[in-house]
Order: sequence, then structure tokens, then C-alpha cells
Amino acid sequence: MNLGKLIEMANQIGRYHDALPDRAEALTGTAMHIRRFWEPRMRRELLAHIDATGGAGLDPIVLEAIAAKRTELQPQG
Amino acid sequence: MTTIPINTRQDIDYGTPLPASTETVTLRVDGVEVTVPKGSSVMRAAATAGVMVPKLCATDSLKSFGSCRLCLVEIDGRKGYPASCTTPAEAGMQVRTQSKKLGDLRRGVMELYISDHPLDCLTCSANGDCELQDMAGAVGLREVRYGYEGENHLDATKDASNPYFEFDPAKCIVCQRCVRACEEVQGTFALTVDGRGFASKISPGQMEAFMESECVSCGACVQACPTATLIEKTVVDAGTPDYDVVTTCAYCGVGCSFKAEMKGREVVRMTPYKDGMANHGHSCVKGRFAWGYATHKDRITTPMIRKKISDPWTPVSWDEAITYAASEFKRLQSQYGRGSVGAISSSRCTNEETYLMQKLVRAAFGNNNIDTCARVCHSPTGFGLKTTLGESAGTQNFDSVQHADVIVVIGANPTDGHPVFASAMKRRIREGAKLIVIDPRRTDIVRSPHVEASYHLQLRPGTNVAVLNALAHVIVTEGLSDDAFALARCEPASYAQWKDFVSRPENSPEALEAETWVPASVVRGAARLYATGGNAAIYYGLGVTEHSQGSTAVLGIANLAMATGNLGRPGVGVNPLRGQNNVQGSCDMGSFPHELPGYRHVLDDSVRALFEGRWKVSLEKEPGLRIPNMFDAALDGSFKGLYLEGEDIAQSDPDTTHVTAALEAMECIVVQDLFLNETAKFAHVFLPGSSFLEKNGTFTNAERRISRVRKVMEPLAGKEDWEVTVALATALGYPMHYNHPSEIMDEIASLTPTFTGVSYARIEELGSIQWPCNDRAPDGTPVMHEHEFVRGKGKFVPTQYVPTTEKVNRKYPLILTTGRILSQYNVGAQTRRTANVEWHDEDRLEIHPHDAEERGIHDGDQVTVSSRAGETSLRAHITDRVQPGIVYTTFHHPESGANVITTENSDWATNCPEYKVTAVQVTPALKGSEWQERFQSFTSEQLGLLERAVGVRSPKP
Ligand code: SF4
Ligand code: SF4
Ligand code: SF4
Ligand code: FES
Repeated sequence: MNLGKLIEMANQIGRYHDALPDRAEALTGTAMHIRRFWEPRMRRELLAHIDATGGAGLDPIVLEAIAAKRTELQPQG
Repeated sequence: MTTIPINTRQDIDYGTPLPASTETVTLRVDGVEVTVPKGSSVMRAAATAGVMVPKLCATDSLKSFGSCRLCLVEIDGRKGYPASCTTPAEAGMQVRTQSKKLGDLRRGVMELYISDHPLDCLTCSANGDCELQDMAGAVGLREVRYGYEGENHLDATKDASNPYFEFDPAKCIVCQRCVRACEEVQGTFALTVDGRGFASKISPGQMEAFMESECVSCGACVQACPTATLIEKTVVDAGTPDYDVVTTCAYCGVGCSFKAEMKGREVVRMTPYKDGMANHGHSCVKGRFAWGYATHKDRITTPMIRKKISDPWTPVSWDEAITYAASEFKRLQSQYGRGSVGAISSSRCTNEETYLMQKLVRAAFGNNNIDTCARVCHSPTGFGLKTTLGESAGTQNFDSVQHADVIVVIGANPTDGHPVFASAMKRRIREGAKLIVIDPRRTDIVRSPHVEASYHLQLRPGTNVAVLNALAHVIVTEGLSDDAFALARCEPASYAQWKDFVSRPENSPEALEAETWVPASVVRGAARLYATGGNAAIYYGLGVTEHSQGSTAVLGIANLAMATGNLGRPGVGVNPLRGQNNVQGSCDMGSFPHELPGYRHVLDDSVRALFEGRWKVSLEKEPGLRIPNMFDAALDGSFKGLYLEGEDIAQSDPDTTHVTAALEAMECIVVQDLFLNETAKFAHVFLPGSSFLEKNGTFTNAERRISRVRKVMEPLAGKEDWEVTVALATALGYPMHYNHPSEIMDEIASLTPTFTGVSYARIEELGSIQWPCNDRAPDGTPVMHEHEFVRGKGKFVPTQYVPTTEKVNRKYPLILTTGRILSQYNVGAQTRRTANVEWHDEDRLEIHPHDAEERGIHDGDQVTVSSRAGETSLRAHITDRVQPGIVYTTFHHPESGANVITTENSDWATNCPEYKVTAVQVTPALKGSEWQERFQSFTSEQLGLLERAVGVRSPKP
């Protein structure tokens, strides 16, 4: 996949949710949007990037959201 | 050999329209008692009683006019001989339609008409289909006492300028049905009557030729004309049709119903079907006239294969092609993994075809890599409306607009994109509804004859969400919201949060003016009108969805409608105008990689279990790749094979260079299409498709209306499209068994709660069905969310405006936005192969005079358009329809390369591309761009490879 694009897409999702008044909803929303719409190889690559670099280029809300739902986001197999 | 479902229903022309009244009156016509709605004419009452009064100037698609005096009747207690078309039926009336005196009067009228009419009935193209001829017979005209030497129209010259119909004024009886059709039905006001009385003449504009006039070639006048004066050229050539079959237009999301009028197995003309609930007997130039592509010589009718795209094509049997495709997909999956292949279906496919495509992917490929072209148009609609209202569909039927007091058009150009709906909308506006347009361009609907927008919010492309927030700000802070509705029908907490959000000072029209370019006073005026002007309905198009915040804008629209109580009854609602005929249907059928049919997520165990039980296969629970993800996966080497039906991604998707690189990186591309389209030039297997005239199925239009597509001729290549998918699935090791598409619909109905009441038999019975159709709504649902929202309580969602990252700068100072025009359809593969090219033979770049002058560009000059993604060249059209700083083009011709310049930016929620905002520079050009040179040489190479294989004449690029 194209990592740069995945980072931008994740940040766009984060930016949308960042505006929600309820922080918990914003975090879950960000993570679950990625869970529900991203094919496993996209999620795998984004998670590998976070593991390798600590998430360079990703907005704080994305990192926080992903950290909270890490197991659910990890594709099986 | 299949039987053709001939339409046996006789169309009755009642002479004047059916009034809306629920009150009735009872009268007697020739002794027969008849009850009709109040406001019906005597003529209509007579026709209802089975008595056809002779008539010429009346027809039931038009208001009565009373000019020909042929329809005279006698009414007890009334003096004289009133015209039945203009006399309202009253309770207790005793009407006589036949008497010696009436016969004499009518014969006298006919005699006058015939004395000015060429007596060449036997050789006239309308012989047998002419109301003048019929009426001469009906009144028993036997002699014409007046000579032909007096003044007449007989030497008038024919106007054959329109490619589809001709105008022979010598045959005109000046009944003005054409003029009234153009005004009342179409709303274009292109025809005029010149002169008075006997000397009067009909002409387009000021005695212009049709093609030089304002005429948009909808054909309403041709249909209304009782004589051969206005007549289809196909009828002139082939003669009058023998029978007809009712079917559905294969172009836009209005989904007009048509009678395909046939002679043998050839279509002679397409006539919009009076009982069609989406179009009520009207159509546009595309549906009525632009169907010749179906038999165009470029059609490829033999399956073909090749190893590499640099090889010539080898024509093969269906079996060989299908076996080869299946073996390639199997090879790829064993070599690169189960997820290495996928499919893309199209909104041009029927419901049954798209259903089978996703079934093939999920059951035979064993993954969820299925997507559809709605990805690049209305995917944000699905997301936004599902989140707020609970269902991924428009809320109203088209007729609802007749009850609207305020009509808001956002990012849509209905007169070009959805012409028949635009005519309905314009009719309502002429009756007094107010119009608000939110669009960067001054589209035709902003100002046209007898239609003028009260407010035009000419925003900067990319700022929809800011404008919607500003409108909401005014509504909430000025206390114009309908709190009673919102609190009763929606989640109160979400409503309170949303009110807080939109009330913030940064969302005021004043604060956002610099960003949106819309004067605050205009926003305030529009917001007040929307909130307080009565029934307010929003219609929106791709100008809303094709943005980085497309989904947010759809949420914003739903918020506005909920906050003002404009949902759940006729005249209001949130209405996406779908681009292609079956966008709604293809989405309903589970064509997205995360959803099974009926918008149910693949993660849902119970939903998967339902389909697993029926399909007898275990299903993947992870979402699949979306179209843009497929391209990226192809370029990283993990996605290798693609099956496409009816979709031309190499032309329609953004950033063409990226798309074609992805296509080149794949090992097996299977294209099922009518023509060797742009994508097929990168393909390894070509499976010939069938046109809408060659197959059975259903389309679902923008108002959720499921209508039948009926086969009127055998498929040129021997297979209907659904049969091809069945064969491929079977060859892949997943046998499918259907004898007819109706069985596919039965399966859909058994698995989809909103479709349980749908079957071909029911559609036959009702004409068409708007889903949801189930036990709760056995006849379908014209207006949704009447008592509660599908999700229960409506959900308000705060919609933070986030400017797009696609920004203008010194290098790219202009914003390019893209759109479409009336005569062409999408990638143009169909319409470019019809005479519609006479209206639009190339895509032009619209540029404001100021920007043009600054760059030394004159009208018609070749210009280079460059963006961060690429560069192409087009001819300039200088116009103040666009504002300074904005340029605009269409994407109907592949060689224009409009999508070479659009970028890969996309909607945050759905990856729907941001077609509507690209930062560009425009400069005078001396020649085509490098991309265009490469395109030309690749195209001629590919056409050469095709010609060497099958010896067909080279298709046009
Ligand atoms: S062109 Fe046809 S419809 Fe129009 S006035 Fe003449 S006869 Fe009537
Ligand atoms: S074709 Fe349509 S637009 Fe043209 S003159 Fe006839 S009714 Fe009017
Ligand atoms: S293109 Fe659209 S408006 Fe035109 S005839 Fe077809 S469905 Fe109707
Ligand atoms: S039909 Fe009534 S006046 Fe012409």
C-alpha cells in the first residue's frame, strides 16, 4: 500500500472525529472507522508503521485512538 | 429464442390532464353516467365514459387550449356548442357528443384544416399514426370545397437541422401543442408562434433552425404533435412501429420509463411512457434519442483473450474465454493469496448483475474485494444518510417536489444531469415555489425562462461544509429551528450538542464569508427562507459528495432537514440526485466491500450467517479493498487480478496516470463491456456485454424506484450480462443456477428485509416499486421516515469544516471543478457513439474573461491545464458562468484527459475522490500535452491490435 496515503487518510478520519464534543466517542469513532472500512493489509501496514516509528506523521488523536483499540484493529492471521 | 413481453395496454388520450382534486362530480355523456374528479373537462369525462370526442389541439399531457373547435358538444340547458376540452364537467350535466349539427360543424372545421394540408397521406411518414388523418375519418370528411389556391403553408421549407427529428411546416395545423409542450412539459420555452390567425407559423426562437435555437432536443414537442410536422427521423426512415415493450432508460438516475417501439426486432423509436411514475411521459434527449450506440459498429461481439497487453487479441468461444479468465484468477490466488483478486461493478449494471458480481467475489473469490463506481460518486450519501437517518437512500419520490414551497439545489445541475426531474422542478417553481441554488457556477437553473433563484450562493469550491454550517448557524441563532420536531423525532442530546456547535461564532456567515466567498447577507436570507418558507426540500448532487468532506456535507444536509422539521412528508426531504441509472440499486445490492446486500456490515456475524446459509459457503469477515485501495495494492504487488463489468476506470477515475500504472501492474484484467473502452485497452480478457435493450433485469432510480428493464432484442454476442457472471462463477468452482433474472430477484428479496415484498410479478402488477417493500409497506414506500426514522431517533452530528489540503498557490492559482452536460453521459462511451456529439464534440475548459485576459487566452484557444497530478490540454471557452479564480470542464471525451489533472485526494469517510477541487494553472498551449501524445499512440497501438485480431473496423477512440 502507499504509506503516505494511509497516514493522510487516517489523519482525515481523526480530524473529522476530533471535532466531536465527546472525547470518548471521538476516539472510538476514529478507531472503529478504520476497523470497519480498512482492508486488513491497510491496517497491518499502518500498525507496522506505528510500531516501527512511533507513528511518524500521524495526528495525536489517531495515535491515541489506535492505541486504545489496538487488538481489535490488528487483522487476524 | 425468448418471448418478447409486448405491451398490450392501449394508451388512452383523455384530452386534458387529470385534476388533483379528491372531490368528484357525476354527469351523463351520451346517456352514460360517469364520475370524474372535480375540475375534469367534459372531454375527459367523455373519454372516461368511453366516448372519444374528436379533438386536435387537446392532449392530456397539456392544459386545454381551445383553439381547433373540433371538440364541440351539446349540453342540456346551455346555448351553442361549447368546446368540451375547455368546459369543466359539472354535476348533473347531460352531454351529447353526436348530432347532425355537431357533425356538420366538425366537418366544416376539418375541411378548413385539410384545405391547407398536403394530401399525400399515402406517402407521408406518419401514415397510420396521424391524428389529423384519424379525425378526418372520425368526423366523416368526404369532400373539401375550398381550393388549394388560397394562402397556405404548403411551400414552407423543412428544417432537418436536428439530428433526431425533422420539422416540416407545410404539414403544420398550428394547434400549438408543440409550443405548449415545450413550455408546460419541458419548461424550455424554445418555440414561438409568429403571426396571427391563419398566417401564423410555428418556429424555434425567432424563426431560427432547431439546432440554432434554445431547444434542448427533449422531443416533447415531437411527441405532442398530432401530425407529421414534427417527426422522428427514425420513423421517417423505418416507418411507423408495430408493437412496443415497456422498459427503463439506461442513462441517468431519474430512471424514465419508456415504450421501446419496435418494428420486427428493431427499435424504431423510444417514447416516454405515460404511466411511468418517475417521468410521467416525459424524457430528455439521451433517453429518447441517444440509443443508437446499441447497434453501433464499434460493438464487440466476440469474446477475446491475450497473454500480454502488447499482444493482438485472439477471438475465442465463450467457453474458452470464461475458462481462461477463471484459470487466471485461480492461478493468481494460489500464487499471491486469496486477497489478490477482486471486481468492480457499475451503476450501469442491473440490480441482478451487481448482485451476482458481489456474490461471485464473496462466494467464489472468497474475499470482499468488490466495489462499484458509486465509490466515486455517491458513497458519502450512503454513509451520511445512514449515520443520521438510518437508511442510505433519498427520502422522497420525485413527485414530492410538486408539494415543495422552497427548493434548495446544492452541487447539482439538474437541467443537464437530471433533465426530466429538472422539468418537474421548474414546473413547480413556475407555480410559485422559491429556489435557492448553492453552486460555484451559474448553472441554467439559476436563471432560465420563468425561473429565477431567490438566492444563488456562489461558493468557492470546497467550502460546502462551511456554507452548511453558516446556514445552520442562522437557523439556530435566529430561533428558526423546529424544536418540537427535532426533540420529538431525534436524539435530544445530539440535537443540543449540534446546536451548541453551529451557534459558535466561528460558524456565523460573517466569520465564514472570506472562506466561502458567499456574502453573509445572502446566507442569512437563504437560511431564513429555507427554515420558514413552508415545505422545504433539498436536492443535491456530486458537487456535495465529491469532496474531501463529502460525507460531512451529507451529514450537514441531514442536520438542516431534521432541525427544520423538513422530513417525513411530501414536499420536503433530503434527495440525492444519483448520476447514473442504477447508483441506488448497485449500492442496495451489496456492491461495497464492507457491506452485504441491504447495507449490512460484513463484520456482523448474524448477517454473514444468513448469507452463508443461503449461499452454502463461508464468508470473509474482513472488509475488502475499495477502488482506490485496489490501485495502491496493485502498485505494491499484492493485488493482481480484476474483473470489471460496465465500468471504465481508466477514464472515469481520478489521476489517470496512477490508474493506468495500477492496471499495467496487474496480471489479469477481465473487462465485460459493450466497447473496447479505455480500461479494456489494458485488459487480457474481453467479454462482450449486452445493452439494456438486450437483457432482462431491474434498475433502481434515485427515488428508490425499482423498474423493469425488458429485453427487446437478442444479445448481439449471445449472452445477457448476468449469464456471463454465472458462467464465470461456475468456472471458478462456485456453480450458480438461475434460469431468469427474476430468480435472482427472488433470492435478493429472501435475504434483504427492505426487499421482501419485491418480485417481478409484483413489479408487473404495480408498474414499479419503491423500496422498502415488505409486510409493513406491501406496495412500497414513496416517502420515508414518516413516523420515525429508520434508525429510530434521528442523530445530529457536528460537522466541523476542515479545508481541503488541495490549495491554490502561486504555481496553481486557479481551482478546477468538473461536471457534466446534457447531451453526453458520463465517460461518453454510449453518447459519443450517437448524434449527441453534434451538441458536444469535445470537452472545453470554461474560464472567466478576467482570468483569460490575464493569460492572453481567447475563446477557442488551445490551453494547457496543469495540476499537481498531471497536465492536459483543452480548448478554452470564455464565460462568466464561472467566477474569477474558478475553471470548469467535463470529462466525456477520453482524449481530453480531464482526470489526468484531478488528484487522488478523497473523502475522509469513503475515499470518494475530490473531483470538484483541483488547484491548477492554465496557460496558452501550442500543442497537446505529453499525456495526450502518449494516449494517442497507445490508443492507435491498441486499436491496431484489435483490428489484427477480429478484422473489425477500428473503433473511434
Ligand atoms: S408543429 Fe405539430 S404540434 Fe406544432 S402546431 Fe404544428 S401541428 Fe401542432
Ligand atoms: S425538443 Fe424539447 S426543447 Fe426542443 S422545441 Fe421541442 S419541446 Fe422544446
Ligand atoms: S437520461 Fe435520465 S432524464 Fe433522460 S430520459 Fe434517461 S432517465 Fe430520463
Ligand atoms: S380539442 Fe377542444 S378546441 Fe381543440
